[in-house]
Amino acid sequence: MDNSYQAVMSRKVEIMKQAVGFDYGRFEQSRLAFDYEAMMAATGFGLAEVRSVQGQTGVGQTPMLELRNITCLARKLAPPGYGARILLKDEASNPSGSFKARRAAISVYQAKQMGYQGVVAATSGNYGAAVASQAAMRGLKCIVVQEVFDSQGVGQPEILEKGRACEAYGAEVLQLSVGPELFYVFLRMLEETGYFNASLYTPYGIAGIESLGAEIAEQTLSIARRLPDVVVVTHAGGGNITGTARGLRKSGAVDTQIVAASVDLSGLHMASDQDFNRKSFTTGHTGFGVPFATWPDRSDVPRNAARPLRYMDRYVTVTQGEVFYATEMLAQLEGLERGPAGNTSLAAAFVLAQSLPKEQVIVVQETEYTGAGKHPAAQLTCARDQGIEIRRGDPRDSLAGRSIIIPEHPRLMGVRDCHLNDLRASYIRNALKSVEVAELSRADVDFLLADSRADLDLLTTIATQNGVRIAASEE
Amino acid sequence: MIQPDTWVEIEQTILNAGERAPQVPEDTAKTPLWLKAKGWLLAPGSLGAQVEIVSATGRILRGRLVAVNPSYQHGFGRPVPELLPVGRELRALLEENNGQ
Repeated sequence: MDNSYQAVMSRKVEIMKQAVGFDYGRFEQSRLAFDYEAMMAATGFGLAEVRSVQGQTGVGQTPMLELRNITCLARKLAPPGYGARILLKDEASNPSGSFKARRAAISVYQAKQMGYQGVVAATSGNYGAAVASQAAMRGLKCIVVQEVFDSQGVGQPEILEKGRACEAYGAEVLQLSVGPELFYVFLRMLEETGYFNASLYTPYGIAGIESLGAEIAEQTLSIARRLPDVVVVTHAGGGNITGTARGLRKSGAVDTQIVAASVDLSGLHMASDQDFNRKSFTTGHTGFGVPFATWPDRSDVPRNAARPLRYMDRYVTVTQGEVFYATEMLAQLEGLERGPAGNTSLAAAFVLAQSLPKEQVIVVQETEYTGAGKHPAAQLTCARDQGIEIRRGDPRDSLAGRSIIIPEHPRLMGVRDCHLNDLRASYIRNALKSVEVAELSRADVDFLLADSRADLDLLTTIATQNGVRIAASEE
Repeated sequence: MIQPDTWVEIEQTILNAGERAPQVPEDTAKTPLWLKAKGWLLAPGSLGAQVEIVSATGRILRGRLVAVNPSYQHGFGRPVPELLPVGRELRALLEENNGQ
């Protein structure tokens, strides 16, 4: 068989079909539109089934903790009467140390049900350890393909640790130098082994996160006697926000504001060898957050079940220095030592709480485990060795890839809004580019409005700018 | 000579510089795409030689032997002077005007 890059990439559709065992074709409505809810329903995993499967491997039912000291600090900085109660969902308590165990639990269960002998995942994040851990529990083989090194062989400490964790659970780990061709290696693995594609983005993976939203609604009600007013979600590929929001809605939290938060890494190219080790976060950042919001179908499955623009009510960014500072705050004031990337939402929630009335409740939706490599000291040491300036000051003066500024005082922490209409416009442009049609049908229009939550005016404007007509209404 | 069944690490070149995907940035295109994997050595071999290993999933992989009994090198880094005072500062803020 021809295993050249071009030959393998040209077999992509076939390889994927074999490796996912899910017929995406039956949900397609036009070249642009597909029936998202029907696709999610077709998994057969409602909330009850998800919880039952996760219960079998000890996933979920993680503690919800009240951050009393951090709330108190936020109130000291807030105007009188302001400073919402901050609750934190301690997802580090999952078997593999992050909420990713929820996604992996359903994917690996499904792989086993369908008779696959093993699973393959392409991830440099916590998901690798999650899949490896679940595969160990279910007796399946596991291969994790990671992007780890720059061309000089220098590895990101955070990713080296994630690789170690995968190996600890018995997985085979393939560690690559920088580049999007990781996908080619991933496809070759799927083809050679015949294993299941435990993609982050299948409907199974996303259904697995719905239990997190449901638990947040139930536990907030139990602790605070009200549903959460705001839930802040660390946003990268979009699954976290999609699954959490769906679970919240299914549990009656329909008015809860869903805020996405990412670390601002604008200006750094994600596939650049030189930029690779100039970023001090390898997930939860805008390098994934923006492209996956504006074009979810860039993923490793035909239709991405993570559709973040459907669910985010607001999107804010914070700086790397603010997240390291929030990580230190969590350890020192609350006695909880947790991994930095998961604290992106904590950094944002600390700021947002100060603009909400005291009676309200804001939930930090996850934590992740910490350890060698995945730690502020490890990540900042790596940054310093790469020549990045680290100092105290005003984090707004920092520039990703050049400087990391640890706030001089908590009042210097802030959030910057990433305007949703800009993302929606970009999404629509990407959608139009993907099909190159002269006219959008009514089905296309309905799909684009639901998928982006743009209004018809915005859609019409972008379509017109791109020389695309909109079909006349039937009325 | 390294004995069979020793835990080792190999390196494979996946794509040479110049064969990289069209969408990669210029700096990355100038470098090869390579891969590292670990497993048990199948037959006696020496550092730098082409060898075969059995991986954790039982696959046989071929590549250049680069490390014997490879260890994890990542750690907790050095203490960060900019972070060291943060805990004390925040606790002091928390205790300011307490009881009011």
